[in-house]
Amino acid sequence: MTENLLILLLLVMLIVIAVAVHRLRSLFAAAMLFGLFSLVAALAYVLLDAVDVALTEAAVGAGISTILMLSTLALTHQRTEARHRRHLAALCTVIFTGAVLLWATTDMPGFADPESPVHQHLAPYFLQESASDIGIPNAVTSILASYRGYDTLGEVVVVFTAGVAVLGLLGGRRSSGRQRREED
Amino acid sequence: MALLVATTLALVACMVMILARALLGPTVYDRVMAVNTFGTTTVMMIAMVGYLMGRPEFLDIAIAYALINFIGTVAVLKFFEVGILGADSSSPSEPSAREKPVE
Repeated sequence: MTENLLILLLLVMLIVIAVAVHRLRSLFAAAMLFGLFSLVAALAYVLLDAVDVALTEAAVGAGISTILMLSTLALTHQRTEARHRRHLAALCTVIFTGAVLLWATTDMPGFADPESPVHQHLAPYFLQESASDIGIPNAVTSILASYRGYDTLGEVVVVFTAGVAVLGLLGGRRSSGRQRREED
Repeated sequence: MALLVATTLALVACMVMILARALLGPTVYDRVMAVNTFGTTTVMMIAMVGYLMGRPEFLDIAIAYALINFIGTVAVLKFFEVGILGADSSSPSEPSAREKPVE
């Protein structure tokens, strides 16, 4: 009960922050509020017991994204251009799509419903057997690191390749002597 | 138990007030301060919730959050100090490269 109230409060905070980000003209303040948004979302994930997702949200959302946005701000302007006029057609489209999606959720199983189809197929096996199969108490960790080990390895390779490629692109444009010497 | 609940409620009140400061804050420094303080409050909140739900293992996550919060604040302050991130010094880019592989 307390948990549900807390989650509800966090969701209200998320909406308030999102509206504020939309209304702010100062891009720096918007970047700060984005970090705040990620922190609130991560807290909600912790309350929902999705600890690994929460950690990723905090690291990527509040950590890296803020740094990336600040680096972008350092290269561009710090304020938005004058606001464009309102697009009624776009607003109607967004509201319509949102309403349709909301209507579609009524067909979905209830929140954390153990009878929902996704929890009937493989999940019971993983929940009961993974501790003795793999020896890791956390079922999510054992799926990521062992059952799906090759998949995770592939993901790491992809992320590593992307990182190396970005470093190559950025490093090529540097002309300071210190960087050159480091590359040699 | 009553102590834990009372502390959690106090933290929630703090969060609402910090959020108000971040939204209203006339200067950017108010917002930076608010985000940093909110991060600290989040750390405490995770710790309190961990004890409330009977799972004190969440303390590890709270510590990781404290680290992320620190790195973020250092990056923001460097932005103020130098006006540019990454090109001349590697301090903000190193932690971000390390955090990237988290799935």
